[in-house]
Amino acid sequence: MTTTTQVGDEVLDYDDVVRDFDPVFGLEVHVELSTATKMFCGCSTVFGADPNTQVCPVCLGLPGALPVVNATAVESAIRIGLALGCSITPWGRFARKNYFYPDMPKNFQTSQYDEPIAVDGHLDVELDDGTTFRVEIERAHMEEDTGKSLHIGGATGRIHGAEYSLVDYNRAGIPLIEIVTKPVRGAGERTPEVARAYVTALRDLVRSLGVSDVRMEQGSMRCDANLSLRPRATGDQAQDAVPLGTRTETKNVNSLRSVERAVRYEMCRQAARLQAGLPIVQETRHWQEDSGTTTSGRPKSDADDYRYFPEPDLVPVAPDAAWVEQLRGTLPEPPAQRRRRLQSDWGFTDLEMRDLVNAGATELVEATVAAGAAPSAARKWWSGELARVANAEGVELGELAVTPVQVAELASLVASGRINDTLARQVLEGVLAGEGSPQQVVEARGLGIVSDDGALGAAVDRAIEANAAIAQKIRDGKVAAAGALIGAVMKEMRGQADAARVRELVLERLT
Amino acid sequence: MPELTRSTAAVLAQRLASGEVSAVELTQAHLDRIADVDGDVHAFLHVDADGALAAARSVDERRAAGEALHPLAGVPIAVKDIVTTKGIPTTAGSRILAGWVPPYDATIVRRLKDAGLVILGKTNMDEFAMGSSTEHSAFGPTHNPWDLERIPGGSGGGSAAAVAAFEAPLAIGTDTGGSIRQPAAVTGSVGVKPTYGGVSRYGLIALASSLDQAGPCTRSVLDAALLHDVIGGHDPLDSTSIDAPVPAVVQAARQGEVRGIRVGVVRELSGDGYQAGVRSRFDEAVQLLVEAGAEVVEVSCPHFEYALAAYYLILPSEASSNLAKFDAMRYGLRVAPPGVETPTAEQVMAATRDAGFGDEVKRRIILGTYALSAGYYDAYYGQAQKVRTLIARDFAAAFEQADVLISPTTPTTAFRLGEKLDDPLAMYLNDIATIPANLAGVPGMSLPAGLAAEDGLPVGVQLLAPAMADDRLYRVGAVLESLLEQRWGGPLLDRAPQLQPSRSVPQEVRS
Repeated sequence: MTTTTQVGDEVLDYDDVVRDFDPVFGLEVHVELSTATKMFCGCSTVFGADPNTQVCPVCLGLPGALPVVNATAVESAIRIGLALGCSITPWGRFARKNYFYPDMPKNFQTSQYDEPIAVDGHLDVELDDGTTFRVEIERAHMEEDTGKSLHIGGATGRIHGAEYSLVDYNRAGIPLIEIVTKPVRGAGERTPEVARAYVTALRDLVRSLGVSDVRMEQGSMRCDANLSLRPRATGDQAQDAVPLGTRTETKNVNSLRSVERAVRYEMCRQAARLQAGLPIVQETRHWQEDSGTTTSGRPKSDADDYRYFPEPDLVPVAPDAAWVEQLRGTLPEPPAQRRRRLQSDWGFTDLEMRDLVNAGATELVEATVAAGAAPSAARKWWSGELARVANAEGVELGELAVTPVQVAELASLVASGRINDTLARQVLEGVLAGEGSPQQVVEARGLGIVSDDGALGAAVDRAIEANAAIAQKIRDGKVAAAGALIGAVMKEMRGQADAARVRELVLERLT
Repeated sequence: MPELTRSTAAVLAQRLASGEVSAVELTQAHLDRIADVDGDVHAFLHVDADGALAAARSVDERRAAGEALHPLAGVPIAVKDIVTTKGIPTTAGSRILAGWVPPYDATIVRRLKDAGLVILGKTNMDEFAMGSSTEHSAFGPTHNPWDLERIPGGSGGGSAAAVAAFEAPLAIGTDTGGSIRQPAAVTGSVGVKPTYGGVSRYGLIALASSLDQAGPCTRSVLDAALLHDVIGGHDPLDSTSIDAPVPAVVQAARQGEVRGIRVGVVRELSGDGYQAGVRSRFDEAVQLLVEAGAEVVEVSCPHFEYALAAYYLILPSEASSNLAKFDAMRYGLRVAPPGVETPTAEQVMAATRDAGFGDEVKRRIILGTYALSAGYYDAYYGQAQKVRTLIARDFAAAFEQADVLISPTTPTTAFRLGEKLDDPLAMYLNDIATIPANLAGVPGMSLPAGLAAEDGLPVGVQLLAPAMADDRLYRVGAVLESLLEQRWGGPLLDRAPQLQPSRSVPQEVRS
């Protein structure tokens, strides 16, 4: 059964899909800029405020209000464009995209249409096997976000079946950069992986520019995936001689993993339809995270008429060449290059480096190393214990109440033998609880390692007395049994004993 | 003190400064005049008596305290209802905004208040400024003080009539295709459309953003200059506002000079289609300027022929988008679609717009939506923009031969109420001489030229100057006004029939 209903679409086995079809995809990624104020007014952009508290006549679209372009947003857009190797348009107008929707205050979106700020770039993305795939960038343009509709009642939280809807306009007018790829051809069976790797690379790039917090889970980076299939070329036909198939646009793909899964699913779904002789409907589809499928949205045709025309309330954006060059000078080292350099400097394996990057810890480790820690120690703390804490609390690593300088101090206390790893975890807990620097926590909590022979010797004597059988084994030459006695001493001293010295004292007495 | 309402603002300013009259007395005199005659004239949609008296009292107190005040402090003013006034209902003459009270002041209102002018209330207008007769107001037409059976012009008929009926010495108008100048012409008053960008549009409910401009409606050229000086100048809230000082309009109006000035008679704005009485008054005005030492040249602006057509593509296009925000979601009228139990937001939007907009507004929204549609854009909006460029070039060429241009303001004197209501094209033709200035962004003034012999109604003469040379209008206008008033033995408005106290009470919009 092949059906066009929302659920239960047929899918074709992935191996069969890539044997018979050539996938072509394109991604539209929206990045919310982390400017202090909105795209066209002075309202705050802070995430999570009470609904409709960050609004004014401009972003509410009140009669008479007028937009003014946020210069910082333009600067961010240009820097993103430059980092993607784009040309920056020397003169470009905003345009109005007209359509009615309750969460869009003016019932038009101020966007850029045929004069985007940046055009014709590329992003080289690294795949898991270490190879690089070049994704061509069509354009990056500036626009404003819409408000957010909340549908109340009804089972799904979607508008269908809801009793009523509420709109929060805090998000209306937040600056967005939309980055659009050219159709990506030739990725073949690696298409889902390339899609994911592109979004990952774009996220890292934008993050390195410091212009957005690029959090997909908070919606500050959102992805729409276009996909079509065409038959594999036969004989000596060139693949690009085969016309492109009808595409679908899958919306709401809001995690890196989902990008890969959604593209893969659409490939399998479209292939099943094509195999069955059914047409692909040009439409918007919605990604369903739970079921791992896409469902049909509204039909979309090239004839969708937004009646674009140049925004008469704004003057053209005309960045002068000197300014653009000055901004080019502010671009950081490209993330991939930087990663390779740091990995080599630090002597990490590929796997170690990837974990670090995925945890978003590269900058933190770098700062920790700069504060004097050994790279391996810095990595161990950030991608180990601290990543665990951040994950448990649902925050970013950078939001934890510990600085790279403090982590370096902690590492130095361990390296000098003042504390061991077990104690270091307690110290870290104290630091995160706001008890001060690692040194202060060690002192306040009395967590220093005891290496004083008097106190240790007494504890060792007590341990020998209490574990006579084990002591005898050691005397008989079973040195390995010393561990049990050391453990007993450590237990008595609540982990604060210098384990190496305890071992020496045990062996001195029994051998 | 009936003479108080007949003085110019310049004279009132002196009388206030000398302490001969208080702002409260002056305000009360105008409120009394409104109560007397506005039942018949219907210039006002809302009279804010309490607010006006409170503002007047404040000025009197500040003056008593020895504070340095703006020369116009304490002078009453009426404001067209398309301009937002915090706390005072603002409807733009539309049912869809009935009862809406803006939470913010337009920049020009802010400037009026800062200068201590006393806002009497809001004046009637064609709905969203679409019209040339005020008959398209949702709240009933305004009547011409010269003949209550005739139109006061439009869209700003209320502001012109308020000034001509001595209900206010000053008023604010807005001019998108002649809405200040044409009403001035048919009511025997003075109206100025400043250079586009010369006066902030922030808080003007947009009709056509690239054409709209606010300006003064007064009974003398000097008064217009005084008001222009208050409201003009750069506003960071309006991206299209010009960042340059206001031209020295007051000085120009006080000095007046035509000797050596080249006055260009626009060949395309005279002759056929112009009423005989209009032509003879216009010819006289030109002759007076010649006698006063001006050099008159004939100039040709061949593309003015296409101005009306281009205007009626650009204006509806922009208006269709600007008026999209009136959707019942956030403010204004909300109408439930009849017979629908649980309407969707889109159904409420449609029902509200159907009930809230008048026929002329709907006509232009449909025109504009069509003109911007994919497939028609190039043929309509695109072509109209090209015509606009050609008209700007015509002006540039004409201003190489002449310092100012001159033409009749309107082809005819005031027509009868209802006469052209069912003939939109005939109505549109009223603005044939005023529209080119809006398309090119150049400033224009209409001032009284006398009465047409055949009907005894006022005729206006229009002066046009290059962008940012608004002072030329005042320099030439002041001389022409003075020569004409010498001939008439006083202001033209002294010849207007005395209005009898209305039998009906003033009809305001009650919120």
